[in-house]
Amino acid sequence: MSSHALQDTAVLTGRLLTRIRRSPDTIVTTAIMPIALLLLFVYVLGGAIQTGGGTYINYMLPGILLITIASGIAYTAFRLFQDLQGGIFERFQSMPIGRSAMLWSHVITSLVANVVSLVIVVGVALLMGFRTGASVLGWLGVAGMLVLFTLALTWISVIAGLSAKTVDGASAFSYPLIFLPFVSSAFVPTNSMPGPVRWFAEHQPVTSLVNAIRAIFEGQPIGSDLWVALGWCVGILVLAYIGAMLIYRRRAS
Amino acid sequence: MTTSPKGDAAISVRGITKSFKDQQVLRGVDLDVARGSIFALLGSNGAGKTTLIKILSTLLRADAGTATVHGRDVVSDAAGVRQAISLTGQFAAVDEVLTGRENLVLVAKLRHLVGPGGIADELLARFDLTEAGKRAAGTYSGGMRRRLDIAMSLIGHPPVVFLDEPTTGLDPEARLEVWAAIKELAAGGTTVLLTTQYLDEAEQLAQRIAILHQGHIIANGTLAELKALLPPVEVTYVEKQPSLEEIFLAMTARGEAPTQPNPAASGTGSEDQEASA
Repeated sequence: MSSHALQDTAVLTGRLLTRIRRSPDTIVTTAIMPIALLLLFVYVLGGAIQTGGGTYINYMLPGILLITIASGIAYTAFRLFQDLQGGIFERFQSMPIGRSAMLWSHVITSLVANVVSLVIVVGVALLMGFRTGASVLGWLGVAGMLVLFTLALTWISVIAGLSAKTVDGASAFSYPLIFLPFVSSAFVPTNSMPGPVRWFAEHQPVTSLVNAIRAIFEGQPIGSDLWVALGWCVGILVLAYIGAMLIYRRRAS
Repeated sequence: MTTSPKGDAAISVRGITKSFKDQQVLRGVDLDVARGSIFALLGSNGAGKTTLIKILSTLLRADAGTATVHGRDVVSDAAGVRQAISLTGQFAAVDEVLTGRENLVLVAKLRHLVGPGGIADELLARFDLTEAGKRAAGTYSGGMRRRLDIAMSLIGHPPVVFLDEPTTGLDPEARLEVWAAIKELAAGGTTVLLTTQYLDEAEQLAQRIAILHQGHIIANGTLAELKALLPPVEVTYVEKQPSLEEIFLAMTARGEAPTQPNPAASGTGSEDQEASA
């Protein structure tokens, strides 16, 4: 049965990836907003922001990458919601296939779609003058953190997709996630913020992630930010996974 | 329950109840469906037909009672039931972005069959969808979608097929197409449990009919048995007028000149092709 579960997940993932290939607008839309923010901040606002040394695009790219993921997972919830609405979910659930194959196919598809969007955004950033001295190992570290963050947010989006009543509801949960990097060290140093805001910015997950990724790109020592970031990602991932599975079981039985 | 088949039932339901919050949808349902027959579950909207289908196809769990499908218990052997059934839900459950052929290949792969491409081509031919098979299912007419949906249900030859309101929302021609497909299914030995709110559909297709009303089966038998429940027929003479359906079908019959009234137009309609559509 378990070998079938893997095979079924692969078949269902193939279905979702074919859908994305046929209408790649979701990936393009996911990449457009972060790219627009890159242009806005680098060419319009960035000149007035004091970050202390280095180019502004180098400073802001980590935050932009997290925004890319946050807007990408809105489509994960949307795709899942569509399947639940269209009746194809019930068709699959009444077939002798792995019970959670359907859910995993959405998770893997989310990962693939977000990686593609991230590659596009990094490509544009390189064209706009982003430079890093990070080694291959450093890049792998960044990729690993982004994948982990994607997975954590993907399971949140699964909860949203499973419990939404309307299409709008299915993707609305991502707005606060997209906004979160703005109240972090992503665009301006946190020490420029007033007390309570600064406290929030320094203690929310995005700041540690941004700091860790930025340190790797800049070739600086990463320090404790890495462990705080990993702790946040794994914590959110585990909680969201458990929550999603509980809702899924209730729905699927 | 007097003429119900014993031991040879493909579907057997005993005392099934189901409530959603404080609303009691099924209040103790009993029925048997003989192997290889078409059984129609008739009821108005909200009678609980879909709920019963969902329980039998392992999508929902009953509050009380037992049900077996193909000799397997829907709760303790849900995986076994899923091996034996296929469900065509109320809304055509096809992937609109994939082509018709890709939809069929997808299901064949999920049933772990050898040669999914060949299976798909064979079913496309059988359901007059070979041409349309290359197009995205989202471009299909309602009748074509339903036919694709039913074709998807046949993959792997499940011995029991559930069809939940297979013709709701279809135009008369498409209904005839779907009816032909269902008859063909049963002719191949498949047990079909279908729900419908159309009386003529049950009359046309089913060997046995049960009426589900407010969570109870209030009548269950062959058409003749159900008719016998009412007082004997009085013979009256009424001039036979063509029904609007007959007129519609005659006027829209493909390849016919519209001026030729065709008295035999209420046939099966299975030869209908989407020739130039």
